[in-house]
Amino acid sequence: MSDPTTTAGPAGTGDAGDRWGPALADTVVAPEAGISTPDSATPPGEAPGRTFVQRGDRIFRGLATGSGVFVVALVAAIAVFLLVQAVPSVVADQGNFLTGRTFDAGDPTKLNFGILDLLLVTVEVSLFALVLAMPVGLGIALFLTQYAPRQVARPFGYLIDLLAAVPSIIFGLWGLFVLAPVLQPFALWLQDTLGWFFLFSPGNVQIAGATVFTAGIVLAVMILPIITAISREVFARTPRAQIEAALALGATKWEVVRMTVWPFGKAGYVSAAMLGLGRALGETIALTIILAATPQIFGGSLFDGGATFASKIALSFAELNNNLSAGAFIAAGLVLFVLTFVVNAAARWVVARSGAKA
Amino acid sequence: MTITDRDLERPATAPAFIGISGSRRFRNGLATGAVTVAFLIALVPLVWVIGTVLVKGLGSVLNSAWWSESLNGLLARQEGGGAYHAIVGTLFQGLICAVIATPIGIMVAVYLVEYGGRTRLSKSVTFMVDILTGVPSIVAALFVYAVWISVFGLGRSAFAVSLALVLLMLPVVVRSTEEMLRIVPDDLREASYALGVPKWKTITKIVIPTALSGMLTGIVLALARVMGETAPVLILVAYAPFINFNVFEGNMASLPLMMTVERSNPTDAGADRLWGAAVTLILIITIFQIIAAVLAKATAPKTK
Amino acid sequence: MKIQRHGAALAMVAAGALVLAACGSDPNTGASAGGASAASSPAVDCSGKTSLTAEGSSAQKNAMDVFAQAYQAKCSGASIAYNPTGSGAGVKQFTAGLVDFGGSDSALKDTETAPAAARCQNNPAWNLPLVFGPVAIGYKLAGVDGLVLDGEVTAKIFNGSITTWNDPAIVALNAGKTLPATPINVVFRSDESGTTDNFQQYLQASSKGAWTQGAGKKFAGGIGSGAEKSSGVAQAVAATEGSISYVELSYAQDNKLSMAQIDSGAGPVALDDTTVGKAIEGAQIAGQGNDLKLDLKSVYSSTAAGQYPLVLATYEIVCSKGYDAATAKAVKAFLATAATDGQANLPDAGYAKLPAAFQQKLITAIDAIAAPTT
Repeated sequence: MSDPTTTAGPAGTGDAGDRWGPALADTVVAPEAGISTPDSATPPGEAPGRTFVQRGDRIFRGLATGSGVFVVALVAAIAVFLLVQAVPSVVADQGNFLTGRTFDAGDPTKLNFGILDLLLVTVEVSLFALVLAMPVGLGIALFLTQYAPRQVARPFGYLIDLLAAVPSIIFGLWGLFVLAPVLQPFALWLQDTLGWFFLFSPGNVQIAGATVFTAGIVLAVMILPIITAISREVFARTPRAQIEAALALGATKWEVVRMTVWPFGKAGYVSAAMLGLGRALGETIALTIILAATPQIFGGSLFDGGATFASKIALSFAELNNNLSAGAFIAAGLVLFVLTFVVNAAARWVVARSGAKA
Repeated sequence: MTITDRDLERPATAPAFIGISGSRRFRNGLATGAVTVAFLIALVPLVWVIGTVLVKGLGSVLNSAWWSESLNGLLARQEGGGAYHAIVGTLFQGLICAVIATPIGIMVAVYLVEYGGRTRLSKSVTFMVDILTGVPSIVAALFVYAVWISVFGLGRSAFAVSLALVLLMLPVVVRSTEEMLRIVPDDLREASYALGVPKWKTITKIVIPTALSGMLTGIVLALARVMGETAPVLILVAYAPFINFNVFEGNMASLPLMMTVERSNPTDAGADRLWGAAVTLILIITIFQIIAAVLAKATAPKTK
Repeated sequence: MKIQRHGAALAMVAAGALVLAACGSDPNTGASAGGASAASSPAVDCSGKTSLTAEGSSAQKNAMDVFAQAYQAKCSGASIAYNPTGSGAGVKQFTAGLVDFGGSDSALKDTETAPAAARCQNNPAWNLPLVFGPVAIGYKLAGVDGLVLDGEVTAKIFNGSITTWNDPAIVALNAGKTLPATPINVVFRSDESGTTDNFQQYLQASSKGAWTQGAGKKFAGGIGSGAEKSSGVAQAVAATEGSISYVELSYAQDNKLSMAQIDSGAGPVALDDTTVGKAIEGAQIAGQGNDLKLDLKSVYSSTAAGQYPLVLATYEIVCSKGYDAATAKAVKAFLATAATDGQANLPDAGYAKLPAAFQQKLITAIDAIAAPTT
C-alpha cells in the first residue's frame, strides 16, 4: 500500500484486486502456452537505483534460495547422519555386512548381521508386485482416459485414488486374513504343478499364506493407485490434435492408443512404475504383518517367508536400547535408502532419455 | 433426371475409407477387452478392501462417543470409549507437519521456478527433491530418531513424528507447487514487470495467487497422505489412551498408532477399535480431499 | 479479494480444528474399576504429585492399564503414564531420572545397580516383581486335548530335535492319547520380546541340557515360522493345524488354542490361577531385604507338584529412598494400589493375581520406600 510502484495492491485495496480478476482470467485460459523460463523477463526490481524495492527482492530471493539450499542440506544430512550411526555397527559386525544372510543385532557385543537375505526378499517381493501391477495399472489408466465415458471415468478414478488413502496396516490385515485363505488353493496348485521352477518351489514357512506371494499381491494392490494416478495424468495430456489426426487417418481406437497415446505417455508410465516400485521397496507395516519370519535362508521361492529391510527394522526397533544394535538397523535402512535412490534415479533417467528424443 | 437420396449419398469417387480389415478389428476388440478386464480386475481388490473395512468398522464409528471420548481408563477388553484422542493426535501431528512443510516447500518451488534457472544449485535441488520423494517412511523415521533422540537426547514426542512427516510431505509439496507455478503464463509476469512491480511482489501477488488453487490441492493431498503413515509413529512416539494436547512431551495417540496398538488386543473390543480407526482415517482423508476440491474451486482464477 | 477468501477458508479450517479440540473428553476415569472390594482396600496417601511417569517392558503394559484404572479410582485426579518402550529403555530412563520408576522383564544387572543407586541419591534401587504373566504353550491339533509336555521335550520340539507329533518322547508323556504322524509346525515371535526371552530361559533351566541355543529376546531355536506380536502368533497357531507356540495366556484364550500341561516331574500341571500362584509362591528371592529380585531358575527348574512353571515375571524398578516427598508419596500410593485393589482385574487382562504371602512381601517393601526426612 505504501509502495507507489505496485498497481496490484494488497488485497485490501478493493479495486486494484478486482482489476486483476479479468486480466488473469484471459491469460489463464490456455495454460499450456506459458511453459517457458520465466527468467526471460527482467523484473524492474533488478533495475538500478531502486534501493527500497531491491531490499524486498533481496530478502525474498534469499528466502527462496535458502529453502533450496535447505533441501540439499537436508538430504545430505540424512545420508551423513545415517552413515555416522551405521558405521560403528558395521565395523563391529562379526559377519559380512553385504553377503551375510542372518541378522543378529540384539547383543551389542556379538553383532552378526548381513543384508543379503533382506535385499533378496525386498527385491523379489517388490518386483513381483510390480510385475502384477504394471499391466493392470496400464489397463486402468488407458481405460479411464481413452475408453470409459467421462461420467464413468471420474467416479472410478476417484475410487482408485481412495485406495491410496487406506492405511497400510489395513492392507496387511486384509492380505493375511481375508485374501490369503482365498489364494491358498491357487498357491498350492502353483506349487504342485510348477514346483520344479525355483520361483514356485514349496516354501520354508508353514503359516498358510504368510509368504512373499501374498505380500507381493497385496503390495501390487497398494502401488496400483500410484501407477494409475500418474499414468492417467500423462495419458490424458496426449495432444488432442494427434489423436484426431490418427482418427482422421482411419485408425481404430487401439491404433490411436498405440500410435499416439502410448509413445507420448510411455516415459511417464515407466517413471510411474518406478515410483510405485520405490513405494513397494519401503513399505513397512503391511509386510511385517504378512511375511512370516524364518530362521532359514531365503531360497528365492515366492512361497518363502522372510523379512524386507523395512519390516526387519519395524520388528526390532521397539526393543532396541543401545546404539550399536540400533546402528545395525540404521545400516540396513541406509541400504534401503540407496536402493530407492537407485530406482528413482533410473526413473529419472528413463524420463530424461525419452525427453531428449522427443 | 431426378436426384434420389441414394445418389446423393453415393461417393463421387471410390471410397478412400475402406472398411476396417478383420485382423485390425480383431486386435482392436482384443485391446478393448484387455483394457476393460484390467480395469475390472483392479476393481476387485478395491471394492474388497474398502468393503471389508466398512463392514468391520462402520459399527464403531456410528456412535457419538467414538468422536468425543478417549480410551482412557478402559481395559483392553472393555467395550466403549472412542477414538477422540487418536483423531486429535493425527490432526495435530498432520497440521504441525503442514505448518512446517508448506512454507518451505512453496519457497523451494518458487526458487526452482522463479530464481533457479539452470544453475548448478537449482539442478541439485531438483535432484535432492527427487531423492526425498523416494525416501521410505521408515528411513525418514530413522533419520529423525538419529538426530532428535540419539544425538540431541530429546525424548520421543509427537513433534518428532511431525518432523519425520515433514520429510515425507516436503517433496510432494515442492513437486505439485512447482508444476502449478510453471503453468502460470509468462505474459502475466511480464505484464507485471512492465508496470514496474518488483519481482517479489509479482511472485506473491500475481504468480502465487494464480497458481494457488492447484497448489492448495497438492498441499492438502500431500497432507492426507502423510497422516496415514504408520512407520514414524511406531518409532518416534509412544501410544497413550488419553487425550494429550502437548506435542512436545509425553505419549500421544494417532489413528495409525491406535490401529497398531489395538491389533495386539485379541478381544472383540480391540477388533472393533482397530477397524473403527481405519474407517475414521479413511473418512478424515476423504474429508481432506473434499476440502482440497472445494478450496481449488473457490480459489481458482475466475474465467468469465 | 482473493486472498481474503483464502484467509477465510483457512480460518474456517482452523476454527473447525479448535472446535474439535474443545469438545473431547477423557470420561472413563475410574468408571469401571469396581472390581476391588472396599474391605481389602487399604488406606493410601493420595497427597503426592498427581502425574507419575513410568516406562519400560511392554509385557506388563496391560497390567499397568489395570493398575492405572484402580489408581485413578483410588486417588481421583491422579494419573500415571506408562510408556511401553521395552525393558532396556525402562532401565535407561529410570537411571537417567527421566521417569519415576522403570518396568523391566529382568532385574537390574550388576552393572546397572550402581548407576541406578546414583539416581536414587545413593540409595539402592529395588526390584519389585509386581506383575506375573503366565505363558501358555498353545497348540492346534485336532482331537488332542490336554497334551502333556515336559521341559526337555518342549526344548526338543522348539529346536527341531523332535519333528513329528507321534515322536516316542511325546507319546511317552501322553499315554492313552492318539497322536498323529504329522509334522510339528513351530511358530515363534518374529519381533523381539520379553516373552521369548523368558520362554528360552525356561527351556534352558528345565530341559536337562536339551536346549543349547541360549536365551534372549530373539527366538534362537533355528526352526519354524515367525509371526509378528502375540496376536500374530496366536492367530497363526489357530489357523494352522499341527502348530505349536508359546504365547501369553490371554492370547491363547482369546484364540481358543489348546494349552499344553507341563510335567516337571510330579505329574502334569495345567495352567490355572492356583498352579501359577503356587509357582510364584515357590520362587526364591535372590535380593536382599526388600529388594525382591527373584531367582527365576528356582521356578523354572522346580520339580514340586502342582506348580505351572512357565511364568513371565516383570519388575518395577524403584528407589528405596531418594525421591522427593511428593514423588515418594505418589509412587507408594500407586504401587500399593496396584498390589491390592489392582489385583482384582488382572486375570481378565491375562495376568496372574499375586498369591497372598507374596503380596504381603511386596506391600512390606512398598511401605518401606522412604520419603525424605527433611
